[in-house]
Amino acid sequence: MTATARVLPAISTGRRVKNTFVQGLVWLAFGLAIIPLISVLWLVVKNGLARFDLTFLTHSMRGIAPRDAGGGAYHAILGTLEQVAIATVISVPIGLLTAIYLVEYGQGRRLARTISFFVDVMTGIPSVVAGLFILAFWILILGFGFSGFAGALALSILMMPTVVRSAEEMLRLVPTELREASYALGVPKWRTIVRVVLPTAFTGIVTGVMLAIARVAGETAPLLLTVFITNSINEDPFNGPQMGLPLYIFDQMGRPNDTAIDRAWAGALTLILIVMLLNLVARVIAWWRSPAKAR
Amino acid sequence: MAKQIEVADLDAYYGSHKAIEGISMTIEPRSVTAFIGPSGCGKSTFLRTLNRMHEVIPGARVTGKIRLEDQDLYGAGVDPVSVRRTVGMVFQRPNPFPTMSIFDNVAAGLRLNGRVRRSELEGVVEKSLRGANLWNEVKDRLSKPGAGLSGGQQQRLCIARAIAVSPAVLLMDEPCSALDPISTLAIEDLIAQLKNDFTIVIVTHNMQQAARVSDRTAFFNLAGPGKPGKLVEMDDTSKIFTTPSEKATEDYITGRFG
Ligand SMILES: Nc1ncnc2c1ncn2[C@@H]1O[C@H](COP(=O)(O)OP(=O)(O)OP(=O)(O)O)[C@@H](O)[C@H]1O
Ligand SMILES: [Mg+2]
Repeated sequence: MTATARVLPAISTGRRVKNTFVQGLVWLAFGLAIIPLISVLWLVVKNGLARFDLTFLTHSMRGIAPRDAGGGAYHAILGTLEQVAIATVISVPIGLLTAIYLVEYGQGRRLARTISFFVDVMTGIPSVVAGLFILAFWILILGFGFSGFAGALALSILMMPTVVRSAEEMLRLVPTELREASYALGVPKWRTIVRVVLPTAFTGIVTGVMLAIARVAGETAPLLLTVFITNSINEDPFNGPQMGLPLYIFDQMGRPNDTAIDRAWAGALTLILIVMLLNLVARVIAWWRSPAKAR
Repeated sequence: MAKQIEVADLDAYYGSHKAIEGISMTIEPRSVTAFIGPSGCGKSTFLRTLNRMHEVIPGARVTGKIRLEDQDLYGAGVDPVSVRRTVGMVFQRPNPFPTMSIFDNVAAGLRLNGRVRRSELEGVVEKSLRGANLWNEVKDRLSKPGAGLSGGQQQRLCIARAIAVSPAVLLMDEPCSALDPISTLAIEDLIAQLKNDFTIVIVTHNMQQAARVSDRTAFFNLAGPGKPGKLVEMDDTSKIFTTPSEKATEDYITGRFG
């Protein structure tokens, strides 16, 4: 007992103090970081619940003046879901294939380095600029009108680099040994990628895609320039102006009436709920595909 | 099924670095050939040239000839993928596919190479797991993840996976280096059985293991510091371990090395 005590002395007071001090710092930083999050959530829930009802979820703003009570965001919810879905359908395949090229085939080639550079550049594009680009190119030069699809194009410009980077990171995490194990069984490279590499990185890729979706779902500026604004339901994303939840919040918040402001808060609450729901779906998919639950 | 391998004047490079030089040897079918030699002398590199896994590494290349029976492995128009189907490999560290169950791991080679009927798969999986001495331990949990097995079981799973595609040659790179003596013994017994059907090449740092399992032994060494690795001599295992013709071999196996 005494011998042990001599060889392994107790933790010194100095280390104890340092430990407590740093632990305190960590908690403080955590608290500071979480204050904005909690306060935003609390505000949105508190103010949003007033108008978060069935009418809100099932009616548009057609024929409803700002000071009128009632009205809803159905047209905006529909628009956001369609625009984000189209943006996802465009950017995930392109982004994923780019990441696969960079990780599996590029290997320091000039093309890979060039692509990698431009992905970095794209990451830095301000969202207004993406909107302006689609406005100038798709709407003004090619002459297509405002539409949900134009908005989806702008959103996919913003989504693509995020998808590429996160997928690339996840693919690089797949150990080389797994690829070699597959090659050694006489499996061609493309099939190894499809059947071994992608399933191994699947959970991470899904998470990355969800983060990208969450990021663009709240974009306002590019939509303002490409989707425009409407008070009516437009189910067709390829024709005519649509609405989106961020646009709806922006539009209602800009009016001086309490009824409109309440609708804006309810819109914000809806947007947060949609993003949370998507995250939940992603988690379920990831859990369902995780190795621990393999058939 | 087992095939003879003939290597003539083989060099292998990593970029501009020459890792092995001037290797010529014949590997007999239905026998176990052991590669021994100090660390870094190119045993793994040479082993990987035998199923064209070497060129998977960016910048790596091979010159020289390898014949598998009557086929030139590096001939123009030879598909490395089909070479790897004929020459299987087991790696130093067990590497089961983490997303797959035990069953799927063993079936992977067949499944990834095309559609096979489930009933047919079940037969092959059982046969391969029995062949790898693992069947009794896992038969009740075939649908559990392969990564949930112990290290020794995982290595035998990898062997089962490699023999499930019925290759003609099986290359093993230090297959027992991460295993306990009992698992090692299980794998050595397995090698003794497998040599009835396959040509087996095994890299090992364990002299006793080489002496126990192999029929022929090849000793590799570095030509000098910073120089590429070379084949010093190759002979019947009993001869290598009793009366080797080279001084370097004797020094190495008696431990009076470097
Ligand atoms: N991926 C690689 N890239 C560059 N050089 C490599 C690579 N792999 C091995 N080498 C080099 O090739 C030489 C031979 O390595 P190899 O792995 O074949 O040795 P080994 O005999 O298998 O050694 P060990 O017994 O330690 O496994 C070494 O000099 C090593 O540094
Ligand atoms: Mg090695």
